[in-house]
Amino acid sequence: MNAPSLLSIRNVAKSFGKNSVLRNISLEIAEGEFLTILGESGSGKTTLLRIIAGFESATSGEIWMGGERLDPLPPYRRRVNTVFQQYALFPHLSVADNVGYGLKVANLSRTEISTRVEQALAMVKMTARANAKPSQISGGQQQRVALARALVNRPRLLLLDEPLSALDANLRRQMQVELKSLQREVGITFVFVTHDQEEAMVMSDRIALLRMGELEQVASPREIYNRPATAYTAQFIGHTNLLQAQVQDGVARCQSLAWKVSLPDGPALFSLRPENVRFASGDGVRIRGTVQQQAFHGATDLLRIDCGEGLVLSMRAASRENWTGKVELQFQPEDAIPVRASQERT
Amino acid sequence: MFSRAYRAAITVPPLLWVAVFLLVPYALLLCYSFWSVSSFQTIVHSWNWENYRELFRVDAYWQTLLRSMWIAARVMFFSLLLGYPLAYYLSFYAGRRKELLYQMVIIPLWVSYLVRAYAWKTILGSDGVLNTLLQYVHLTQHPLDFLLYSPFAVVLTLTHIYTPFAFLPIYASLEHIPRNLVEASQDLGASPLQTFWRVVFPLSIPGVVAGATFAFVLSLGDFLAPLLLGGPSGIMISNIVVSLFGAAYNWPLGAAISFCMLLLVLALLFLSENLEKKWSFR
Repeated sequence: MNAPSLLSIRNVAKSFGKNSVLRNISLEIAEGEFLTILGESGSGKTTLLRIIAGFESATSGEIWMGGERLDPLPPYRRRVNTVFQQYALFPHLSVADNVGYGLKVANLSRTEISTRVEQALAMVKMTARANAKPSQISGGQQQRVALARALVNRPRLLLLDEPLSALDANLRRQMQVELKSLQREVGITFVFVTHDQEEAMVMSDRIALLRMGELEQVASPREIYNRPATAYTAQFIGHTNLLQAQVQDGVARCQSLAWKVSLPDGPALFSLRPENVRFASGDGVRIRGTVQQQAFHGATDLLRIDCGEGLVLSMRAASRENWTGKVELQFQPEDAIPVRASQERT
Repeated sequence: MFSRAYRAAITVPPLLWVAVFLLVPYALLLCYSFWSVSSFQTIVHSWNWENYRELFRVDAYWQTLLRSMWIAARVMFFSLLLGYPLAYYLSFYAGRRKELLYQMVIIPLWVSYLVRAYAWKTILGSDGVLNTLLQYVHLTQHPLDFLLYSPFAVVLTLTHIYTPFAFLPIYASLEHIPRNLVEASQDLGASPLQTFWRVVFPLSIPGVVAGATFAFVLSLGDFLAPLLLGGPSGIMISNIVVSLFGAAYNWPLGAAISFCMLLLVLALLFLSENLEKKWSFR
């Protein structure tokens, strides 16, 4: 990202009593970027979002936005808006009044409020339900209203706290696409929190993977998938084979597998994506095994191949019924990506 | 599901109870209100509207009713004025002390009404705690006589007694407000004061209406506080009813007044229920 940095998170840590939730978080978020904070439940992703919004204060560290220090400001003085997980629409106000809320408390003129509310409702295709109460519209519609209510204030930064998790799968996929194109259209920086790695891959410019309160890796979806830095990242994003190998004189060995690497001697960990394991034909690292298990994934099947000596490899193969019997596999040495072991954290 | 016999066994006793001890007495009361008393102090079973006419003809009756409503209105106002901030503080800011403070609001409800009324008597009397203190620090030369045996004493005592009744429904409605609405409001740029008036207060209106109704209705029918602390100027409508059923031995007129009060209270409850419905959104 070469765009100027909008939000700068510097060494942020947060603990509740003795319980340390975030440690040493430093992150630069660029102007106009779509950044996803990805993590399992309990990884601290929501806490980080709440610190940016101002609902929690960091135990230590600083947050800057466009050359101004953000963290001492109360939430209502930050040019940051949030789309809440449960939408948090005001039940006593109509859809239009919900959307106009931020403009009203900012004391804008009546005419300006109504034009901007109209635009915002049109943007999320909710003009027809402007006078409905939140309880009278569906979950997907509430989601759009929540989005309009945040965007109408033209924030510099929009925070989204798992906004799609309450929607069913179809609507969620549709909203992922809509949200992404909306973000391009308005050009506002989005910080999106989710536990769904697929969602993160589809929507983000960059993913910040959070694990037990620390950043594991921050990179574009493609890079994080193709070049995972740690074993945890490799396993959390997509499927992978983790190969525990021993390197000696430029050769990595794992059970009966051996391939050339340019790494110093010692133990090493490699991530090998199932789609990079193929049936043997031509050059590559080869191994024999028997099909142990087959899982149908639509266009492809995920096969588990037992290669003996406790080595089981996952591979992707064209979908067909009843993969069985003995097979010979191969992979290219450069597809085995060396990764750091993820430390145990408590 | 449950058998018919089982359902009958659990529903009939309470229904009977309500019928025998509530509906029948009310029906009797209604009958009495249309009868009259002879000069020999016997009840004459001749149907007429005379008691109701009497009620509006004699100034003392409807003026006392108006005064009772005025006292009840003040009790309602002060109970809300005390109960709302207390409930708001407990619900939003008390944190760990919440449970303890809540119990402290509830405990006075266990103390006998009479004890609390007498307590105010010892505080407000002409040689009571308050007057003695005021004279001791030379704020006054003579005991202040408006403190006791006055509408002031009645309003003060009833406010003390009924504030928890106003507090409870307000507290319950505040507890029901999802906290992410408060966060959403702040997130959209509303200051804490704006958040209170635009989000918290509107959503607590059902509780306020319920609390106001409790305080008003309960104090409107009160007769002990005016009896003990009201003096001649602090008489309320229930005291008149008590004396009509007692010393004055005019049950029909007492019944007529009671019935008017009953209608008034029913109308208030109907109104408050509609207001609550109008302001609840879940």
